[in-house]
Amino acid sequence: MNELVDSTALAGHAHRIRQRIVDVCAGAEGGHLGGSMSVVEVLTALYFSVMKVYPDRPDHPDRDVFLLSKGHGAIGLYATLAERGYFPAAELDGFGQTGSRLMAHPVRAVPGVELPTGSLGHGLPLAAGFALASRLRRSSRRTFVVMGDGELQEGSVWEAAMRAGSLGLDNLVAIVDRNGLQLSGLTEEISPLEPLNERWCTFGWAVRDVAGHDVAEVAKALADVPWTPGRPSVLIARTTKGEGVPFLAGQARSHYVKFSEKQHARARAALRRQAPGDGHG
Amino acid sequence: MAEPAVKIPAAREAYRDELLAMLPDDPRLVCLDTDTGLFAGVDFASAAERYVDVGIGEQNLMGMAAGLAASGFIPFVNTMAAFASTRALEAVKIDIAYNNLPVRIMATHGGLAAGHLGPTHQALEDLAVMRALPNMTVVVPADPAATRSVVRQSVDVPGPLYVRMGRKATPPLPGAVPAPRIGEAQLLRDGQDVLVVCCGPHPVLAAHGAAALLDAEGVRCAVLNMHTLKPLDTTGLASAAAGKTLVVTVEEHWRSGGLGDAVSDALSGVASARVIRLGVPDTFSTTVGGHAELLDEFGINAAGVASVIRRALDPSTRPGWTTSDHPRAHPVPRAQ
Repeated sequence: MNELVDSTALAGHAHRIRQRIVDVCAGAEGGHLGGSMSVVEVLTALYFSVMKVYPDRPDHPDRDVFLLSKGHGAIGLYATLAERGYFPAAELDGFGQTGSRLMAHPVRAVPGVELPTGSLGHGLPLAAGFALASRLRRSSRRTFVVMGDGELQEGSVWEAAMRAGSLGLDNLVAIVDRNGLQLSGLTEEISPLEPLNERWCTFGWAVRDVAGHDVAEVAKALADVPWTPGRPSVLIARTTKGEGVPFLAGQARSHYVKFSEKQHARARAALRRQAPGDGHG
Repeated sequence: MAEPAVKIPAAREAYRDELLAMLPDDPRLVCLDTDTGLFAGVDFASAAERYVDVGIGEQNLMGMAAGLAASGFIPFVNTMAAFASTRALEAVKIDIAYNNLPVRIMATHGGLAAGHLGPTHQALEDLAVMRALPNMTVVVPADPAATRSVVRQSVDVPGPLYVRMGRKATPPLPGAVPAPRIGEAQLLRDGQDVLVVCCGPHPVLAAHGAAALLDAEGVRCAVLNMHTLKPLDTTGLASAAAGKTLVVTVEEHWRSGGLGDAVSDALSGVASARVIRLGVPDTFSTTVGGHAELLDEFGINAAGVASVIRRALDPSTRPGWTTSDHPRAHPVPRAQ
């Protein structure tokens, strides 16, 4: 269930999630580091402050729905679910390995994963369906979906954005991980998205910006959705790909990383230096 | 093939009317449209909020349907077969089939039904595509009454369901044919010499017509309506094929991946019968023509089916006739 926005506690959760992502990316398969690190504060805010969640009973009928449309951020999601108590954090050690349920893109076998994602552009149509279902049920359930910014180049996103806006699904909340990078470079050099806020606005959405690594600000921004009754909400989270690992942050090569032992130690040391001052980490 | 002389509802209209009758009483049912026009002017009455036209966006259609289904609803989604099976395929595969969600994909303009609208709107691959997907049930009702029955039964199908319909009206099947049960092949006519396996209105009528033509020549054909391509009724098929030396499949579909493949696959190893597949060859239709003309062009009519069977049974033509031959290369009489 929701907790009060305690920025120190939230920062501690985010810090531990970040450490676990780094550890997973030092495992046998490596992983999608950059896009996992960029959504840590968004996921922390959602799971520890904003959403109604029931880690002991992931299918609880009163839960809010969450979809990680940018499914390659799975390590970030798994680390968050483990931190929230959906499953033991030790399970993260088996990520991507034979016999594990932790696939590199989210699967329903993992407690807390509503629907599988991975191929981009699926989350918003699914989320619009969940939101429409809640409206038809007169349910107070809300649906949250996190998309990558590069993902917004998929046409299906805008099919759903257009209709969700015109349907006025104000129980639907999208968060865009606006780290500015996609696999091979800058979004603005590959297929520009700006002016992004205006684009969403013209599709009938209420739009806000936030410093996406300020977990308290993210939580605060999402605390009072819908911002405009009758409009779905989209939060543009201004983030940095690979945030927390100085030698990779802001670089496209952080997209998929398999740390060497030495790099792992470097990344861990960097995270220790960033530890919040409450004794966590 | 002649157009029906009296006004008979098209299968898609029969589906619509059945769904309209079911909607008010079953709050799980939702109807999602994509500007098909099928529901224009319809009064949904107490179920009005459960009809949503999402506009021309088939990927979003399938995704929204999956979200609704994951929330406990049973969405009926409406689009053309071509768009359901190719444009929106990834959403069908990942959002619906992968999650085994009870979405009912109600696809019109299947096969050559789009006629003069051309290959952009024809769907000669949809059955192959849909039956390739795990969890998917694939049904091709043969007439309006069968369509109504399938729509009624669909509520109890546990996972996703693909229903292929046509565009214009087609006649009811001849004789007193009981309602089909999803997953159970229907033996429409018995005969000891040849088994004709077919699905869809025109192939079933063509099989019936061919059986009548050949009966006059002393060849007894059994006709099996394989309305459910997946799961295939392998027991019913094996039983109908028992003792036959020739099995002919008839479908309004490219010969790859559809009924012919399903039947050949099922019979391999369990029956010694020779299988000949009649369908549309590996080509896009370039002819401007109506549905009936295109069916005639590809030999999907009674004369075409009868011709294939005659050739197959004629010792002088064997083994020269192969499954890659096609009546188009051997002129067949056009249907009257």
